[in-house]
Amino acid sequence: MSTPALAARGLCKSFGGIAATQDLTINLAQGARHALIGPNGAGKTTLVNLLTGLLAPSAGTIELDGHDITALPTHRRARKGLVRTFQINQLFAAFTPLETLALACAQRAGIGARMWRALGRRAAVVDEAAALLAQFHLTDVMHRPVSELAYGKRRLLEIAIAVAARPRVLLLDEPVAGVPAGESAEILDTLAALPTDVSVLLIEHDMDLVFRFATRISVMVNGMLLAEGSADAIARDPRVRAVYLGESHHG
Amino acid sequence: MDPTTRPALAPNSGEFARASRWKAYETVIWVVALLALLVFPRQAALWNEIAILALFAISLDLVLGYAGILTLGHAAFFGTGCYAAALFAKHGMHDPLAGLAVGIAAAAAVGFVASFMVLRGSELTRLMVTLGVASILYEIANRFEGITGGADGLQGVVMGPVLGLFAFGLDAKVAYAYSLCVLFVLFLVARHVVHSPFGFALKAIRDNRTRAAAIGIDVGRNIVAVYTLGAALAGAAGALLAQTTAFASLDVLGFDRSADVMLVLILGGTGYLYGGVIGAVIFRVVQNALSAWTPQHWQFWLGLMLVVIVLIGHERMTRRWRSLVGRVGRRRGTSPVADSAAQSRDAR
Repeated sequence: MSTPALAARGLCKSFGGIAATQDLTINLAQGARHALIGPNGAGKTTLVNLLTGLLAPSAGTIELDGHDITALPTHRRARKGLVRTFQINQLFAAFTPLETLALACAQRAGIGARMWRALGRRAAVVDEAAALLAQFHLTDVMHRPVSELAYGKRRLLEIAIAVAARPRVLLLDEPVAGVPAGESAEILDTLAALPTDVSVLLIEHDMDLVFRFATRISVMVNGMLLAEGSADAIARDPRVRAVYLGESHHG
Repeated sequence: MDPTTRPALAPNSGEFARASRWKAYETVIWVVALLALLVFPRQAALWNEIAILALFAISLDLVLGYAGILTLGHAAFFGTGCYAAALFAKHGMHDPLAGLAVGIAAAAAVGFVASFMVLRGSELTRLMVTLGVASILYEIANRFEGITGGADGLQGVVMGPVLGLFAFGLDAKVAYAYSLCVLFVLFLVARHVVHSPFGFALKAIRDNRTRAAAIGIDVGRNIVAVYTLGAALAGAAGALLAQTTAFASLDVLGFDRSADVMLVLILGGTGYLYGGVIGAVIFRVVQNALSAWTPQHWQFWLGLMLVVIVLIGHERMTRRWRSLVGRVGRRRGTSPVADSAAQSRDAR
């Protein structure tokens, strides 16, 4: 078996005595379309925060392409291609979408610390940002401050920022959360268009989306992994149905 | 992961490139600054003070307006540059530019060390740390009066002519011309920096640290860099004060000076560099006018003005002006920002 794109082993994290993550092991295969589901409070976002270095685990290791990254700070992980989106938009309110994506592209291209020539005059990154804007249906609002954008557009920008980083591993934390049904199609299209060599972990509540997108599913409950398997196997798993799909089989 | 079919480039992305271009109003500001010397040469000492204060405020804008680091101790770097330049002139060389370089270097060194103390903690922590660092430097300068002159100030600062040609005179004309040149050059440096990728990374850190780190920005390194740069510019301002007044006293490290420069920047507005220049002009001119009118109570009026400005907010005060500028731009068809804004308004 080839090295997983991302491997977490024995991750533990607790907040004030409550274990948000308990001895959690999860492997993300190369090029995976992997979903992580679980009820509210199962610890899914905590896991993403641990994987990206926003939180430090109290035990366990994280490997990216076989290299231990447990001790690396967030920005170093991002530069290695471990990129995430946020469940709640984390944007730069004073920026325009074009500026936002140009900055993200400049960071990825390794010129993010350059102090002289203007960002807007660096044709390579601006062109790349403009291409992303077109891909994410943001061209018409490219010069407007992010704080003035409609929610659906901000959500698209949130994902576009992650794609601008050219991720090797992409962690999508509820990408369509809060997006009206009519507008979520745009986001789903962009997810479907992600290059196949990008390994994706999708955290989502919407079961339609999960089963449409993922070939492999992990189920998390109370900070622990309850089940993992192919989409079909998970759909049939009685334990999953019990805790997640709300069908009680308990006596 | 280049897409196989590359989408057509957005037609308006040139707007972004134009944002960093030199504007007509900028030329006006600097020409006016130069004209001040020619039209009101007898006020040159006041213009010199304004230029120094403007440079000091610009240095704070880099730290506060761009990187979002609240500080109540920015005078630490102003004072360091001031004493370094004064001591250098007193004991070593009398060349102004060499002294300026020494002031900048000393302040940058102190800023670099201090920057590691503002990396962590809440805004309150940072306020206290910056305040504390300035207080410590103040007391060090006070304690070692054999070197600094203590409360009596540092006498005997002898300045040579600028570039060996222009001697500082009592009328302060050379002083202002010198300060204005230094201000202009360092302003250009700051202007380049804020439009660069690094400058955008600073604003990203200010707006959202979590996301900044998530796109690969090294938050800590950027803060160290901008704090050091801000300290260097503040040190330049302090050095200019020492050189043009041939004097250094403890108040250059005092809390009042940190508070005043904050006030200047808030008056002029943060995050666009000219706020420091405009704020310095307003502050000093109003201070002069008020103190002539009511020598004992001028601070009351200055305080009232500040409270009103902060409560109303720059946004609201400048909205009318901005919409006017936007309208003119749209009529001339040169502002895609206004165009796209108008289109989306129509679409609703």
